[in-house]
Amino acid sequence: MSELPAGVERRTVAGEARLTTAGEPVYGEPTVDDRRVWDAGRSKLGAMLELGMDTRLAGGEKLLYLGAASGTTVSHVADFAGPTYAVEFAPRPVRDLVDVAESRPNLFPLLADARRPREYAGVVESGLDCIVQDVATRGQAEVANRNAQFLADDGLLLAAIKARSEDVVAEPQAVFEDVRATLSGSYEILETERLEPYHDDHLGVVARKR
Amino acid sequence: MTETDDAWFAGVDPGDAAAAAAAIREAAADEPRDWPALAVESGFAAEEAEYYDRLHAATVDAAREAARAAGRADDQQLIHALRAMDDAERTANELAERLEEWAGALLDVDADATGLDFAAVVAAHEPADATEERAVSLAQRAVDLRDERDDLRAFVERRAPEVAPNLAEMAGPVLAARLISLAGGLESLAKKPAGTVQVLGAEDALFAHLRGHAPSPKHGVIFTHEFVRGTRPDDRGSAARALAGKLAIAARIDHYAGERRASVHEDLRERMETIRARAESESDETTDGDDGGEVAGGDGAADAEVDDE
Ligand SMILES: C[S@@+](CC[C@H](N)C(=O)[O-])C[C@H]1O[C@@H](n2cnc3c(N)ncnc32)[C@H](O)[C@@H]1O
Repeated sequence: MSELPAGVERRTVAGEARLTTAGEPVYGEPTVDDRRVWDAGRSKLGAMLELGMDTRLAGGEKLLYLGAASGTTVSHVADFAGPTYAVEFAPRPVRDLVDVAESRPNLFPLLADARRPREYAGVVESGLDCIVQDVATRGQAEVANRNAQFLADDGLLLAAIKARSEDVVAEPQAVFEDVRATLSGSYEILETERLEPYHDDHLGVVARKR
Repeated sequence: MTETDDAWFAGVDPGDAAAAAAAIREAAADEPRDWPALAVESGFAAEEAEYYDRLHAATVDAAREAARAAGRADDQQLIHALRAMDDAERTANELAERLEEWAGALLDVDADATGLDFAAVVAAHEPADATEERAVSLAQRAVDLRDERDDLRAFVERRAPEVAPNLAEMAGPVLAARLISLAGGLESLAKKPAGTVQVLGAEDALFAHLRGHAPSPKHGVIFTHEFVRGTRPDDRGSAARALAGKLAIAARIDHYAGERRASVHEDLRERMETIRARAESESDETTDGDDGGEVAGGDGAADAEVDDE
């Protein structure tokens, strides 16, 4: 099993080892020893860590999070990462995201479309260590490619690809093949794994910028 | 100082919070740069820590304001955008057809491409005379119109979850907008019985049926949903009916409560699993009274479920 980033620790809750981070609670998640339980069933990055994928995260990274929604996952990420830019394009969840960001000085919420990096390239800095992506929309691989410009050489992509967002009827396996091919334009794929049982028909991807 | 022209903080007085938030919302740049270092260099902040503090204050304010402004989005704007998207698509395709006829004969272009792809090839052509100039210019309009269609689609995808979060989650943003458009608004969609939602977009077929000319339609635009399209033909009627029932509930929650409800999505998934499981054990199929494609009420049950929430 790969190492967890500094700041993410397992704690035993009701007899089970769970991921936790330290920070202000945000969505009514349970806490243990003043740490927030990070539920892999509600978070694709949590599932990637729980499944032992080698995310290569050490803690303290500068990162860009695409598809932040109301901030469930990115709140945990900001607990262990450095400057964290969170992009979400639906206004309603952004209202919650703003509340999450308020108590986290290193979390910068942006209401913007991840397909249009121009909209936030004047705010998000270059040379980032990592992009975390969970946009669940058609063209997920293309979104990752367009945002590669924010990464440092060797920067990492941690993406969750939802098969049904690309094609509702195709076999997930076929969709994932296409995604892999498109991604290889900008990234070298290091590891992929299905996120079952936490998330059905999702592929976790660890890749490095070419 | 040209390096920082694109920076959100360019020309912003660090003490002016409103200006900083506005600058974040308007920022656009061709490429990212090391903004923290440039901010310190240009004197916007004394050190990177101070820059990040200012960035935090400005992004939080900007996101809050932007979300609030977009929250005023209403269903009528969504309907206009969706219809404009359809118009742009139809018109672009019409122009592309015209071009295939015209430029296909006029210009010596690689004829492998068709439709709007052909128009794009023509648009890139260097015109040699006044006639070609017209054809090439027309091609450019068709291509621009396709881009406009894409932008309108992106707008619809972004706004539909705001106008109707549950409906957009269940149907996908474009189909959700289409249902709202066909009903004439979210409120009137919320007031429609499930059986009507099931055949929205199939009005012609429905009238033919009522006049006794045709079988009753099993579904309207909801056919494009994977739960219907991806179900084997024999069970599509049941799938369409189950989906329409839940969509009707989703529209009511969106109109009356306006917030996301997980239970309705869970319910639909379970219904669909049951229908598909039935297809798998098809050989010993027994009629359970739920088969067949008739448009049936089902809204009584739907109402009961809304009350349950
Ligand atoms: C599966 S949810 C993300 C959940 C979140 N990552 C978490 O674990 O807390 C996907 C999100 O991506 C957003 N999204 C989809 N397309 C997007 C785009 N082009 N730009 C920005 N956000 C997008 C959706 O609005 C939605 O909130």
